Amino acid sequence: MLRLLSFVLFLAIWWIAALLVGGAKLPSPPAVLQVMIAEASSGALFLHLGATLARVALAFTLAMSLGSAIGYLMGRVKLADRLGDPWLILLLNLPALVVIVLAYIWAGLTEAAAIAAIAINKLPTAIVTLREGTRALDRSLDEMASVFAMPRWRAFRHVVLPQLAPYIAASARSGLSLVWKIVLVAELLGRPNGVGFEIGVAFQLFDTPRLLAYSLTFAAVVLVIETLLVQPFEARANRWRPRAA
Amino acid sequence: MRLEVDITGKTFRSAAGGTHEVLAPVKFALQSGEVGVLIGPSGCGKSTMLRIILGLDHDFAGHIARPPEARIGMVFQEPRLLPWRSVEQNVRLAAPDVADAKLAELFRILELEAHRDHYPGELSLGLARRVALARAFAVEPDILVLDEPLASLDDALAGRLRDEIATLVASRPVMTLLVTHSLDDAVRLGDRLFFLSPRPARIVAEMPIGIPRATRGEAEIAAIKASLAQRTQGDRTERDAS
Repeated sequence: MLRLLSFVLFLAIWWIAALLVGGAKLPSPPAVLQVMIAEASSGALFLHLGATLARVALAFTLAMSLGSAIGYLMGRVKLADRLGDPWLILLLNLPALVVIVLAYIWAGLTEAAAIAAIAINKLPTAIVTLREGTRALDRSLDEMASVFAMPRWRAFRHVVLPQLAPYIAASARSGLSLVWKIVLVAELLGRPNGVGFEIGVAFQLFDTPRLLAYSLTFAAVVLVIETLLVQPFEARANRWRPRAA
Repeated sequence: MRLEVDITGKTFRSAAGGTHEVLAPVKFALQSGEVGVLIGPSGCGKSTMLRIILGLDHDFAGHIARPPEARIGMVFQEPRLLPWRSVEQNVRLAAPDVADAKLAELFRILELEAHRDHYPGELSLGLARRVALARAFAVEPDILVLDEPLASLDDALAGRLRDEIATLVASRPVMTLLVTHSLDDAVRLGDRLFFLSPRPARIVAEMPIGIPRATRGEAEIAAIKASLAQRTQGDRTERDAS
């Protein structure tokens, strides 16, 4: 209910601002909605959204799985941590734009280059978060598993993974928002489709309604994924914690 | 089956760079069916000794002979339950082969039936301790290690749990190592008592209790305690004299 109210407030502010600034700079909500409907009925909206979502899904999965594995390794093995740390610092501080441009130069304007570039941008933060999570693992529970001779996989699944779940959820949350942002840049610079590409076209034509139509649809999709996927996962991971009164 | 402990020393390197001797040479053996009790002041190195015996700490001088296939059941000082798994799951994860009937019986003896589906965070310390006991017994251990299982429980509950431990130990052949600083627990549960010195720990006295546990009444327990008090008093005068 409160969420709905806040959404209505957002629309109201937008509409008032549109009236004040004028339709060329900020089109009113109905004008944007009209473009949305037109793009949706032609199918272009879904095509571009689908392309972007596919890239997000691939890059996100790649970065999360690789980043989690490396982070876990670095948290557990001191040598891996020492060896990996300088690389990690370099990757963490490398601007997204540099990675994307270099990827396109080296691998050509290809799908693989785009996805790799997006994944590389997300990778270091996943590593850092999971490394922290691994360092915070409760040693006494490891000892318990070892004394009771739990097989490795069972211990990992029931002792380690639940402790890492909040870190994985946090990394997924922050990583997803990072990937949402970077995917558009990658598309703008070197893909012939996707929301980022469309925004680039709209920018060149100064077509604000089209720009807003694509960005807002994209934002809506992000919101839906956050509430339907990420938040339930977080809640599930924290289900065992005694609820705060 | 036999557990032989022969630790010749254990030192611990502190962050400041100094070395501290935690354990002096300690040597003892335990047979199947026996309850050995390690009694010593807190901080004397009992937990370190247990970690070595359990194979969690390999950085020591000496040798532990433990049947390699021996199943270990352990009750840690803190319950060490998985907070994200229910009581029943906690037990079953440690003892995947436990039969339903056996588990039901354990839960009945330890009065945990109503708590099967609770999470450890919802349990009192006493209940959590009982879950840890259930877990240790569910694995049908060959070696049972109890690290201060009754500490910080009120007397009535500690007494009841002690009786339950005695019942469970009697129900199957298992060698038990109990660590405690309570002479009362030691005398009621133990077959052989090992008295440890302050850090670095060594065994200052070893005392077998001849009367079988089942026939130890209050009178016998009081008598054992009195003779122990006399002995330790004797040791002290001896030490003071030298």
